[in-house]
Amino acid sequence: MRKCSIAKQDLIFLEIAKSKSLYMPVDTAEGKAKYQKWQPGKAYSNALTTVKSPKEFFFPQTEEMMSFKTAGKTIEIVDTRSETEDFVVFGVRACDAKSFDILDRVFLTDPVDSFYAARREHGVIVTMACTRPSETCFCGTFDIDAADPAGDVTTWKTEDSLYFRANTEKGEGFMASIESLTEECDCTAVEAQQAKTREIMKKLPLANVKADAFGGGKTKQYFDDPAWASLSESCLGCGTCTFVCPTCQCYDIKDFNTGRGVIRFRCWDSCMYSDFTLMAHGNNRNSQKERFRQRFMHKLVYYPENNDGIFGCVGCGRCLKGCPISMNIVKVMKTLGGDK
Amino acid sequence: MTARTETLIPKIGVITDVRQDTPDIKTFRVVTPDGVKAFDHRPGQCAMLSIPGVGEAMFSITSSPTNTEYMEFSIKKCGCVTEWLHQAEVGQQITIRGPYGNPFPVDDAFVGKNMLFIAGGVGLAPLRSVINYCRHYRDRYGKIDIVYGSRSKDDLLDYKEIIEEWSTDAGVNVHLTIDREQEGWDGHVGFVPNYVKELGFDTDKVAVLCGPPIMIKFTLQGLIELGFDKTQVYTTLELRMKCGVGKCGRCNVGAKYVCKDGPVFRCDELDELPSEY
Repeated sequence: MRKCSIAKQDLIFLEIAKSKSLYMPVDTAEGKAKYQKWQPGKAYSNALTTVKSPKEFFFPQTEEMMSFKTAGKTIEIVDTRSETEDFVVFGVRACDAKSFDILDRVFLTDPVDSFYAARREHGVIVTMACTRPSETCFCGTFDIDAADPAGDVTTWKTEDSLYFRANTEKGEGFMASIESLTEECDCTAVEAQQAKTREIMKKLPLANVKADAFGGGKTKQYFDDPAWASLSESCLGCGTCTFVCPTCQCYDIKDFNTGRGVIRFRCWDSCMYSDFTLMAHGNNRNSQKERFRQRFMHKLVYYPENNDGIFGCVGCGRCLKGCPISMNIVKVMKTLGGDK
Repeated sequence: MTARTETLIPKIGVITDVRQDTPDIKTFRVVTPDGVKAFDHRPGQCAMLSIPGVGEAMFSITSSPTNTEYMEFSIKKCGCVTEWLHQAEVGQQITIRGPYGNPFPVDDAFVGKNMLFIAGGVGLAPLRSVINYCRHYRDRYGKIDIVYGSRSKDDLLDYKEIIEEWSTDAGVNVHLTIDREQEGWDGHVGFVPNYVKELGFDTDKVAVLCGPPIMIKFTLQGLIELGFDKTQVYTTLELRMKCGVGKCGRCNVGAKYVCKDGPVFRCDELDELPSEY
């Protein structure tokens, strides 16, 4: 483990930014935190969560995939992608770091999604341990330790110091690049902070939310549960939950005529939208109840069934904060899981 | 730039022949600009076709893999992409990617079996690939029965091929039906599920079903009444798709993705899935 004094934080950022694009949460004028590209003068935000998750560094909200040149009856496909930049995402929380594993299992399983893979290859994830989890946090439900996040490098921030631990080869490379600014240290301060954080985690209002009732193979148990009707009754189908969700990975592929040619792009989509499954001959999820059920069944049953029991939720709490009707996965788990 | 194996980036295809099969179904022949097949496939697999600026959609490959020269797609005019394709002329380029999905088990579970194919309307399109595969390797399979129905005589897909080729093959029995009486039709009249029951097949067969969901449902019921077990009956599903590789998240039925775990399912496997298809 290595450390540097807080006073050197910006020097570290400056050093990283010399060779790679550096992104981190920055406070906005509206009082929210958003990932932004760091440059001297920008201050790292200590906010617990960003509005949108950092999944967009690997799976952008919109990305151009190719373009077409058409002339008469002929078509030419143009690969419009440029080399992926090397970048560092700093300040990723434990929940969001776990979401990358969940997305990896989708995009990096055969056939590998080359767009995602290229970004994943070029990105270094530097996580930041939580010290002040909030009342909407429930990462513990999914065995995530907010005091010991994963990532290529894990960092802890105390009042006076910044601590670093490399977890991967990429992380070692990152540490080498800031070696002159850091010094070897022991884990005492970090361990003390972790103990404190874990105590807070235990006392959070959602500390006892359990997902044990769910998992692969439970489709029949939950699919026809009458509770879906009441749970989904007020759902507006706005898709906010899917857009702020770090693990939602559904996408659309669309064409857009720019006037100078057609581009084909991929963008985030939502299973909560009525046209998501709409076909020329009908829609197999016609009601909001069916669409609502799909989203939660995917995270709690279908995803674990296809991914060794791992749930498609990391307990970041963004959907709890963002939903305009205050419906969320915790209420769904409690209602369906029997704790009514 | 490093070489990438791409799944979402298509190839160029050229429409080299358009056949008006029924008032709303055309069959398109597609090759690459070099005049060869865009890729090899197995019976029951699908391909994504697109027209830049219009959209991309999944279609079953109706030609058999034994056709080494080109691929064919029988497409009903019913949405944006299909309407555009229906006005396309020979020489028009499109994009094509695939193949997607699991094929019918023609080289294992079907081998040595008597085959019963049951199709309704454009549902013949995916089955034609298997039927012609079985006809090509005729000695690998037992007796072949084909039950095919449509709204009217004019709506029977591949009518010429059925009459001139399938019906004349040794050991192949074709049973055609149309929904309502029609002048010039002296064949059977009635819906496919009832016709299957009337024909009363022995259960020493593998049945392969494709058609409108309602037809599949009642035909399956009919087969069960005749004594068939669901493990003997195969079908192929269709849901909205964007990626074709189980990642875009929309064609799932329960934990299965139709594009990658299907589109071919054995009917007992479907029982394990929620009824959301």
